[in-house]
Formats: sequence, C-alpha cells, structure tokens
Amino acid sequence: MSTTPIQEHFYPDTKLSPDVLIRLHELMLRSRLLEERLIRMQKQGDGYFWIGGPGEEAFNVALGLLVDKGRGPAHDYLHLHYRSSATMVAMGIDPADAMRQMKNTATDPYSGGRNFVNHYSIPEWNVVPVSSPIEVQFSMAPGTALVQKRFGGRGITIVQGGDAGTAEGDFASCLIWATRPGMELPVLMIVTNNEFGISTPAAEQHGEKRIADRGKAFGMQTAVVDGNDPETAYLGIKQAMDYVRSERRPFLLEAKVSRLYGHSSSSGANFVTGESDCLAKFEKRLEERGILSRQKMDELRVQETQALLEMSKRVRTEPQPKGPTIYDHVFAPTEVGGEAKARQDAMCAVANPAAINNKEQS
Amino acid sequence: MATMVQAIRMALHVGEERLGVTDVFGQDLGPPLGGVFTQSQGIKCSWNSPLDERGIIGCAIGLALAGARPVCEIQFCDYAYNIIDLLKLGGGMYWSSNGQWNLPLVMMTPVGSGIHGSIYHSHSFDATATHIPGWKIVMPSNPRDAYGLMLSAIADPNPVMFLAPKALLRAKALPGEEIPGEPDERALSKMIDAPLGDRSKWTPSWPATPDLFIPIGKASTVRPGRDVTCVAYGRMVPLCKKAADELASDGIDVEVIDLRTLIPYDWEHLRESISRTGRVLFVNEDTEVTNFGEHLLRRTVEELFYQLLAPPRLLAGAFVPGVGLADALDTASVPQKTEISSVLRELARHQP
Repeated sequence: MSTTPIQEHFYPDTKLSPDVLIRLHELMLRSRLLEERLIRMQKQGDGYFWIGGPGEEAFNVALGLLVDKGRGPAHDYLHLHYRSSATMVAMGIDPADAMRQMKNTATDPYSGGRNFVNHYSIPEWNVVPVSSPIEVQFSMAPGTALVQKRFGGRGITIVQGGDAGTAEGDFASCLIWATRPGMELPVLMIVTNNEFGISTPAAEQHGEKRIADRGKAFGMQTAVVDGNDPETAYLGIKQAMDYVRSERRPFLLEAKVSRLYGHSSSSGANFVTGESDCLAKFEKRLEERGILSRQKMDELRVQETQALLEMSKRVRTEPQPKGPTIYDHVFAPTEVGGEAKARQDAMCAVANPAAINNKEQS
Repeated sequence: MATMVQAIRMALHVGEERLGVTDVFGQDLGPPLGGVFTQSQGIKCSWNSPLDERGIIGCAIGLALAGARPVCEIQFCDYAYNIIDLLKLGGGMYWSSNGQWNLPLVMMTPVGSGIHGSIYHSHSFDATATHIPGWKIVMPSNPRDAYGLMLSAIADPNPVMFLAPKALLRAKALPGEEIPGEPDERALSKMIDAPLGDRSKWTPSWPATPDLFIPIGKASTVRPGRDVTCVAYGRMVPLCKKAADELASDGIDVEVIDLRTLIPYDWEHLRESISRTGRVLFVNEDTEVTNFGEHLLRRTVEELFYQLLAPPRLLAGAFVPGVGLADALDTASVPQKTEISSVLRELARHQP
C-alpha cells in the first residue's frame, strides 16, 4: 500500500472561500454562545455540572463540517470527548438538546437526564456515547475502525481526546491496534492539546515536545496544527482525513487549542484571561479582510444569544425524568421471542436433568 | 462425550456459522494455538490480539457499536481487573444512552482455582462481575450447559460475560451432560482437536451442532432433594453434587441447584426450593467478603425468614489475596467436598 507524504504543517497560506469562512464563523459563534449559555444555566441552578470546550471552536467546528455524517460503517464513526460540543453544533445538533442534557430533562435525547452535559450520543450520526472517564474512547476506536476496514468505502473512525489523557494506556492501545502491520486501521486520532490536565500544566505531566511524535514510533503519519486558527485547522483536518479515507491507515493529529473557561464548573467555569481566543481573533481577521463587518457580527451575536435564551426558557419548563425509570434500559430486550422462545424453552427442558427426572418419575 | 472446552469450541463454530459472530479474538485465540485452553481451535474468524486487555475489551465494544458481533477473551480473569472501568462503560452503554446503544458482545474468561494456577491464575471473578450492572453473567458447570449458554450469550443483544470454570474445561461430560447428537469421545477429538505440530493445513470437521439454547436466567436442579437446598455454580456444582450423593447414604437428601446464570439470576427457582426445604447453603469459590452468595443469603433472610428451619449458610473462598500454589494452600483457599458435606450435614440436622 502506498503512503502519501504529508507536510508536517499544513497549507499555511491557503485561503478558504468566503462562504466557508462565514459558515465557520457562524458555527463558532453559536458554539461559543451555547457553551456560555450552558455555563449560565449551571450557575443559575439549571443543571448540576458543566464541562465543555469553549476555546476549541476553531478546530472542532472545522472537524464537524468535514465529518461524513450518517449511520453505519459507510460513514464516519465519532468517539468524541466532552469538549467536542462545537463539532456537534457544526454537525447540526439542536442547541436546545444540549440544554436539555444540562437541565437533565426527560427530553434529553442523548441520555434521558442520566448523563452530564456535552455527553453526546447519536446513533443516526455514528456518534457513540461520550464518557466521563477520559481516553477510554481510544480503546474503542479500533473496533469501529476494524468494521470500516472490512467494509471498505471511505468511512473512517475519528477519535478525540485531550493531551493529559494521552498518559492513559488507552492512548497507547489505539496506537498499537491501529498500526499492526498489514492490519492498519482507518483511524484519525486527534489530540486537542490545551496544555492542562484539570489543574496540572502540561509541563508537569509529560516530557515530549509534541504529542504527535508518539505516532512516529508506530510509522504513523502525524502533524501538529494550530487549532485556534479555523482555516489552518480546517485544511489540516481535511488533509489528514483524506489520507485516512483513501489510504485506510491511521493518522495522529495534534491540535493546539485554548481552554477559555477552565476545566469545568468544578474550577469555576469563569473566563480565563491570557488564553488565545480563537473566535475573537477570527472575527478580527474577517473584519480586516472585509468578509464580515463588525456590525454584522454583532447583530448575529445578539440574534443567536436571544435565540439561545428563548431555548433555555423553554427547556426549563420541560419535565424531569421519573425516579422509577432508573430501571428502564438496563438490558436490551432479548431477540429470542415467539417461536424461537418456545423452541428455546423446549431445548431447556431437554437440557435440564431435573425435567428429565421429573418426566421419569411421572 | 465432549469436554467443556470442546463444547465451547463447537458453540463458537455455531456462532460464526449461524448466529452472526464476526470475531473471536484475544491473546492467542487465533492460529496456531487456538487459545491456551484450545477453545478456539478451528474457528475461522478467530484472531490474535495484542497482549492488551484494555484494547481487547475496548475493541470488542467498538466492534459491537459498529454492528459486529464479537466474542473476545481475557485469557485469565485475573487480568480482567485492569479493565473494570471499560466493563462498567460497556455494561452501562445501553442504560446511559437511554436505550440507544446496545452491545451484542460476549466476553469469555476462565475463572477459579483447581489447576494449581497460583496467585495470578486462580482468582474468581463472580463477585466483581456481579457488581457491574448491565452485563449478563453466565457460568456453566458441564459441557452441555457451556454449549447452550454460549449460544444464548452470543444471541443476546446485551454484553454477556461467559465465566468458564477452568478446572472443568477438560473434564468430560457425565451421562446426561452430552450435547445431543455428539460423536463419541475419540471420534469427536479426531474431528475438532487440532493436531500437534504443523496445523497450517488442518481444518476441523464439525459434527452436527444443534440449536441448543440454554436460556440465560434459568437455574437448573441437578439433584432433587427434600432436606437441604445447596446452590452453587461452575466448578462447585459437581463437588456439591458428589457431597450430596454421599450424604444420601446417611439419609440426608440434598437438593443441588446449579445457578448457571448469575445475572439475571433465577430467584423464583431458588425461592421454591428454599421454601420447600427450609435450609440452604450457598457455595462458590470467590472470596467470602462481599461475595455474590452473600447477596443471595441476604435475600433469603429478607424474603424467606419465617420459612427457614436453620440459619442459611455460605461457603466461599478465604478472604486472602490469592490462591496459594502448594497443594495444601490451594485446597485451603476454596471450599472442598468435605467442608461442603460437613455444612450440609449440620444444616440437615439443625433443629429450630
């Protein structure tokens, strides 16, 4: 199998079309405002805990726009983490659904009020359930990718985690399982590096200069992109994706991103100064290039803010799940039923020595 | 007469031929070995994984999420302790997604003592497994149940743990424990046991493999009796049966129940028997503190207290870090037949 040589830094001078830039901006803004609304909801008591990804919009929106969305191995599988909300916004979720999960309503389509906010689960789009334990998604990704490898086509598995989580063995598992000779898997491994593990700075956590370099030991194509620049991120992701789609081999992409509201509501969820704000920088650039005026962007911000506010008011009135529903969905209903069940029961009777004894006694 | 390991192998064959199994994988499950206990010899879709338990169960979850139907193995349950969070995640997938994602996967793993496996090849896993909701857990005690439970485990849309009592894997079926239509011992071995040496050109010749589904959640009375109920599973079942048979000469009639499925367990079956005898002993070889038998015992006390004629008892493994290698240490670690007999006798003679 041939491999395409990859530049380690992508298309720094390539420009996307104004339409794509405007779309990127709209989705980045919506994602940011949604996260800020979710934080506000939590602080107002409309939810117990917030965790999300403001600061990662440039990268995650680009990712969401590039995903081949659909159900089954012909489309992309997504093993995301709880900072991936902008990816979901770009893929087209109803922001009200994120609020429903924040408010843990019965109408929360992802978990029915059982899971934290930003823990998405959408079978129709191959978005497998996001988990709170970090990095476990890297153990699972080879499974969906293996199905896709056999299936053929251009569907890939996208797995995303943070830099701190790469210390977990699951990250190593994915590197190993995705690169076994002759059995390479179509996995796009993404590390969004915000240089923090909750409160621990990256410098205290790991010594490697570039996390992406860990892929080199496995013969993987790797790259580092500026995840705060939506254009660079978009093109970087696209190139990495194209490689995985066509070569059916893995790629490790590291994106440098910011963390604008800290780790979660457990650390206050207040705006952190000193971090680069991808949205502010992008808006400045769009204005300088004459693609969007300040006024237009301000109007959009007001409009989106109002829409999200209205949504949150509506969600607040929606019902909470009932306590006894905890017993729902512990087990999926068994497929054995009807004739098959009768046959099974008959088999059981034959297999049960007691039944035989009873028959003999009677 | 198939051994349990041959029965498992035949069930995996049925799985890949008729029940949609796509992958049978784990350490050494593929050629040339076909499993350290030979359980996957001749299985076409078996393959060797990296030596990585987290990767194995993670990959199985991923496969199941994408519509495949995998059977994976943790080579010894002792090595499943580093995958507990992934087991929890897999068991919780259907519930936490509010019924959106189910995982049709089987994780098989050999459990328990009895082969002098020492500290890291003798653990039991039933107490730990039953503490992880969302998994169905089966544990056969004979080849036919192993075959039928594996078929049901494969057909089930939920994650199922198949705990294989390693001391029984090579034990031959007793009369009444055969898989219907199976060839005699020599013929079967010739058909499905891989030869020593070069196996590259070997293919198995599978015997008739019936659709023998042993339902998950149904216990079995392996010996009817009127005086004491003895509830066991896995390796403890034949021991309890032997003890019961011996006690019969003293006029003590013990009913032995093989639980077969730990989750969801067949409480109705137990309730009927315990209510009738008024006396019960639960036996397993996991360590005794926070033991699954303790749960059954608690339920017995709470629901059947006024029907009991004697304090219900539990015999389980010693609460020590491992099972010792030396013979005396090994036998001191887990219940033995003499101890089982002794407690059954005490229970039978106890007067309220």
